[in-house]
Amino acid sequence: MASPAPLPPAEADAGARLVLAEHLLACESAVACARAVVEWLSRQTGAPVACLGPGDGGTVPGCLASEGLTGAQQAALGRAWEEPDSALAPFHTRPGARWLAADAFEGNVLPGGFLAVPLGRPGAPPVALLAVGLSGPGVPRDVAWAASCAGPLLARLTASDARTPRRLEPDRLLRRVINAVSDPVLLTDPEGVLLFANGRAEALLVAGPDASPGRARAVELNQRLFRETLAQGGATGTGVHRLEVPLVDPVEGMDLLFELVTTPVLAPDGPAVVVSVLRNVTDLGRAAQALGESDRRLRATEREARSERHRLDRVLDSVADPIILSDPSGGMVMMNDPAERLFAWPREAGEAFMRRVRANEGLFGSFLSHLLGPDNAGVSRWKSQLTLDDPTSGAPVPMEAMANKVVGDQGELTGIVTVFHDRTEVLERARLLERVKEVSSELEARVLSATAELAEQNEKLRRQAIQLEQASAAKSQFLANMSHEFRTPLNAILGYTNMLLQGVSGEMTPPQRRNLTRIDSNGRHLLEVINEILDITRIEAGRMPLHLTDFGLSELLQEVMAEMDPIIARSKLTVETHLEEGLPGVWTDRQKVKQIVLNLLSNALKFTHEGSVQVSAEYQNGTGILSISVKDTGIGIDVSNQEKIFEDFQQVDSSPTRAYGGTGLGLSICRRLATMLGGRVSLQSSPGQGSTFTLHFPRRARRT
Amino acid sequence: MTNTLEKPKPLVLVVDDYQDAREMYAEYLEFSGFRVAEAKNGQEALDKAFELVPDVILMDLSLPVMDGWEATRRLKGDARTRHIPVVALTGHALKGHSEDANQAGCDAYVTKPCLPDALVEQVKKMIARRETAAAR
Repeated sequence: MASPAPLPPAEADAGARLVLAEHLLACESAVACARAVVEWLSRQTGAPVACLGPGDGGTVPGCLASEGLTGAQQAALGRAWEEPDSALAPFHTRPGARWLAADAFEGNVLPGGFLAVPLGRPGAPPVALLAVGLSGPGVPRDVAWAASCAGPLLARLTASDARTPRRLEPDRLLRRVINAVSDPVLLTDPEGVLLFANGRAEALLVAGPDASPGRARAVELNQRLFRETLAQGGATGTGVHRLEVPLVDPVEGMDLLFELVTTPVLAPDGPAVVVSVLRNVTDLGRAAQALGESDRRLRATEREARSERHRLDRVLDSVADPIILSDPSGGMVMMNDPAERLFAWPREAGEAFMRRVRANEGLFGSFLSHLLGPDNAGVSRWKSQLTLDDPTSGAPVPMEAMANKVVGDQGELTGIVTVFHDRTEVLERARLLERVKEVSSELEARVLSATAELAEQNEKLRRQAIQLEQASAAKSQFLANMSHEFRTPLNAILGYTNMLLQGVSGEMTPPQRRNLTRIDSNGRHLLEVINEILDITRIEAGRMPLHLTDFGLSELLQEVMAEMDPIIARSKLTVETHLEEGLPGVWTDRQKVKQIVLNLLSNALKFTHEGSVQVSAEYQNGTGILSISVKDTGIGIDVSNQEKIFEDFQQVDSSPTRAYGGTGLGLSICRRLATMLGGRVSLQSSPGQGSTFTLHFPRRARRT
Repeated sequence: MTNTLEKPKPLVLVVDDYQDAREMYAEYLEFSGFRVAEAKNGQEALDKAFELVPDVILMDLSLPVMDGWEATRRLKGDARTRHIPVVALTGHALKGHSEDANQAGCDAYVTKPCLPDALVEQVKKMIARRETAAAR
């Protein structure tokens, strides 16, 4: 492309135009340019074409290039262009195409007329004129396009041809320089029509006629992209524009990103063109993308770290125990809320509050000093108990502080974490535990002493029981012995009295006899008392066994009556016995039944002054209980005394001067004997109405 | 007393450690027409019984040196004295005592206090039983 090449046949409209555009870029003179346009138009239209212009380059004066025209025709047109009075003269000053008829000219121009299309910069006087042998009056598009392409170029070339001598060498050098630039460089008109491209740009934007269909499509796409970008970038304005344009690598098919720098070049006399420099920023874009990604990641990490830190703060604050992070010199770096309550003062804190906080700080500082300084390099943790002050109330807060060094990767001290633990509860609990222990040991001591006391009491009771038993046995023995010892002298007393009364020592005077009789009766009473005491003693000592025999009650009562006969005779009372018909035989201790009945009868006789005493016996079939009643018409017994009379040594009248004799042991013995028989003695009586004593006992006694 | 000439008065050995009682019984027995020998303990009772061979022995059971049970057992164990009725006398009016006395060989049992006439009755009963036995 360093030099104009023969135009290839146009295959497609766009492709053909591109070919022309390419061709035009390579033109270095107005003649070459004119020839390119003429040739292209001739081929496009098939009509004869001539380019009239100033110049000495062409073979015919006034005609820069022609196709399909005879020499005469060329000359005629040339003349017409250069002559001031010809029909073409107005085209020197006035733009706009017109159809001209052939007869307007001298000589043989183009039979049938031709289209006259002025060429030049828009808005500037035309520098040349295209004569196309077509019928008018419309201008075909190809013609118009070719005119618009070639016009500005021809104007410039004509001007430069006119101003400066032609210097082909530097121009060629410039081309080489441009071609050597590694970035694609393009020269286009403001619409993006390619005027010139260096090698790099051609690879992207130009496809030769022999290019593959893929490449051709890629190039076409790239051209369209380029034009659109250029259009939106306002290439018509002034100044440098930087735009981004995505293109396709026609060889590899890869997406590429280019930075497009467009610079409009406004030559005062030439057509407006735009210089575009493309810079491949694909890698840059990728790098930027990667950078953005890493930046985003960095931000995310930062955000994460921030939230982590926030969460850590929250965690620390939520810990109930105060936590303080100190720097290696002992200064506080961070503390959680609980720690702040002890070591920080709010703005409105009072004097006392601040004093306490300072005191706390002082304590904490001396605590930390155990870990600080080179002397303590080997100490990694320190634990101690501090009593801090509650800044608000001033109450002592017993704390256990535990400090740990935080060591960096190189083993250097980076901080100290101190965790406090409130020991109030622990101490309180310990105090309570101590108290509980105290109380429980006290209780234990009490229980022990109570147990010991109880054991002692038991022992005492046991001893007392033994003593009682022994005493009881001793009593029984004593009474038995005593009754023996009583009997021996009493035996002599009664014996001698008896002998005297019998006249063993001769006859006595009546007063002697009366007195001896009193001795005798008192001695007998004494004997009776002794016998009864002995009976009770024996019953209580369990030394009066039952002697069960079979006997009849009637015989027993006859016997009793016989024994009591002397007393009955003396009493002058009516004594009757009444036995129920058909009394059954009895199986029990005969001697004891007899003793009871004798006793009851003797009592009845003793306490009855007049009236009668009735002894009766009956049997209850259903219960198997026999009853022997002794009913008198005596003095009777008040209800309040009816129980008392069954007790030992008791009569209704217990005074020493009582009116009735007897030991007061009779009923007591009767009751005991009845119990031995499995029965009882009952009493019905009222004062003055007499008494009825009844012995109830089972017909058949059970040996106990 | 009317029988004095027909046969000698029966001899009663009264054994009692309590002198007043012993002498009281002795006096009353003599008053009642008996001859009386006295012993104040079991051993003496044995000696007197072997020596005199009385018709009846009144034996208090609670005695020093040798008690009445033991003395009675020995008397009943000896051919010379086996036939002599022994009337036991005791101040311990307990059932067990009379049984022991029976086992020891006593022929009768009298609880003190025993009036002299009651005792004499008992002695007479013993002599009468013996005579009846001898008559057969």
